[in-house]
Amino acid sequence: MMIENRSFSRMLFVTVNTLLMIFLALCCLIPFTHVMFASVSSPAFLAQNRGLVLYPHGFSLNGYGLVFRNPNLIPSYFNTLYYVSIGTIVNLLMTSVAAYVLSRKGPMLNRFFMKILTFTMFFSGGIIPFFLVVDSLGLTDTRAALIIPYAVVTYNIIIMRTSFQQVPVSLEESARIDGANDFVILFRIIVPLSKAIIAVITLFVAVSFWNSWFPAVLFLRDRNKFPLQLILREILINNDITKVMAVREMSAAEEQYYRRLVKYCIIVVATLPIICIYPFLQKYFVKGVMIGSIKE
Amino acid sequence: MAAVSVRQKTSLAIGERFRRDFRKYWALYLMFIPVLAYYIVFCYFPMYGVLIAFQRYSPARGVFGSTWVGLDNFQNFFQSYYFLQITWNTFRLSLEDLIFNFPSSIIFALLINEVRRTWFKKTVQTITYLPYFISAVVVGGLIVDFTAKEGLINNFIVFFGGEAKNLLMDSSYFDAIYIISNIWQGFGYGSIIYLGAISNINSELYEAATIDGAGRFRQTLHVTLPGMAPTIVILLILRMGSMLSVGYEKILLIYNSQILDKADVISTFVYRKGLIDASYGYAAAVGLFNSVINMIFLVAANCISRKVSETSLW
Repeated sequence: MMIENRSFSRMLFVTVNTLLMIFLALCCLIPFTHVMFASVSSPAFLAQNRGLVLYPHGFSLNGYGLVFRNPNLIPSYFNTLYYVSIGTIVNLLMTSVAAYVLSRKGPMLNRFFMKILTFTMFFSGGIIPFFLVVDSLGLTDTRAALIIPYAVVTYNIIIMRTSFQQVPVSLEESARIDGANDFVILFRIIVPLSKAIIAVITLFVAVSFWNSWFPAVLFLRDRNKFPLQLILREILINNDITKVMAVREMSAAEEQYYRRLVKYCIIVVATLPIICIYPFLQKYFVKGVMIGSIKE
Repeated sequence: MAAVSVRQKTSLAIGERFRRDFRKYWALYLMFIPVLAYYIVFCYFPMYGVLIAFQRYSPARGVFGSTWVGLDNFQNFFQSYYFLQITWNTFRLSLEDLIFNFPSSIIFALLINEVRRTWFKKTVQTITYLPYFISAVVVGGLIVDFTAKEGLINNFIVFFGGEAKNLLMDSSYFDAIYIISNIWQGFGYGSIIYLGAISNINSELYEAATIDGAGRFRQTLHVTLPGMAPTIVILLILRMGSMLSVGYEKILLIYNSQILDKADVISTFVYRKGLIDASYGYAAAVGLFNSVINMIFLVAANCISRKVSETSLW
């Protein structure tokens, strides 16, 4: 009787739990499917219906046509690719060098360096002095302003250091006997043995550069240097209709007619790269969080 | 006399030790120079820059040339109408986030951990981690679109007999919009760290509990939760350390002049005063006030935790 009862309550729990998990997954998924299906639906449908779009109603690529004719969007896309690629390379170099130096046991100053770095995780001068420092370096309105002040992230150094410390010391010692210097040891021995953590940091950094918009608001004035997210903000948040269409021959009524469609198309264009690579890289993200949690 | 010579001896020894250290590790120190330079320029110079909080700062004159005004900037802030409003908004939003958002990841981790079918578990995890990687601008854009007068949410409200209105223009909805979207974006990703803690729990503990006649629920209560406790405590300390900091990125994107009474927080206020109105000294003072309060919260939470649970950051 007892066992019977327990297995019944267990079954009830499993059923309710499964339904709850499905519900939560749908909550996370539906905003994206809504946007995606709406972006290929016919503009006439979107202009009349405001509800949830669960499948494409009609089919039209008009919105995408308008998006790609927008003179602001394509250059900003390339700007973002530039910031992502250069920013990620700079970050990887800085992070791996810092993590390598700090993972050595010998140097006397290492404990001091670690303290300097970790202190910045808990206290900062704030955004105003930071802005003034970057500005006084003459970086305002240069592309470098989105990269150099963001050249390294303390948290990434710490998790990469933890990973580097796990490489057996004997490998390093035998390389040193063969005459290898620190650069050779780092890039020929430690980095190839730490591919997982390198992948994790690459992804964290690349995603954060792809998504970043605030540094551009702070430091850029020249529209030609704007990253994608800033153009997106004008269109999605500020609802700046001249920026949405940026196609001259359109009447106001036509603009109104296409506005929502174009917004959805732009969200898809800006998010699709992340959604496409995400399922393949998900295991690395998980790994990164795990490695980070070992230390602290 | 003797004391002096002893001191000289040890200081010489230290000097000698440093010299040997540099000779042996000069390559490592050389490699570290760019990193050190980065931290000095972009992290420690700004800390020194908080001096402008005590000045009527003008960029043309710099920190050395600007007029010192003592605590005037702080006094102006504490006496202003904004002080109570933005401090209360920051604290309230942060507290609501702590109450609703912080446990959501823990509960989700416990529940997904009970799912046995691997493919189902993996699929749910993949989908629920996804929102975390979407940019703040797109999330803000979705919020603006869904809460618009003719948007998705109002569509439901009208369907159930309510009246449509722009939800972002009414400050009474702001807290809910802010917290729910935070949970939506973070509960899945936040659970990863707890699932890691759960997977590190020794499986013998579960076997022992089963032999003692504990069902799944009691196992969760007496084995899983205690196993997660150190992780929860550490994250809670870190969370406490930011009790008076609510990020500006999302709020800057979704707030508007209609709802400043509820949505304006310290960080957005600092941004507007400092970078839009160019009242650098005043904004830096507000920012410094915020940093100091956060530091106090962090140290206090760490102390309490060390006493109560023997888990602490330092």
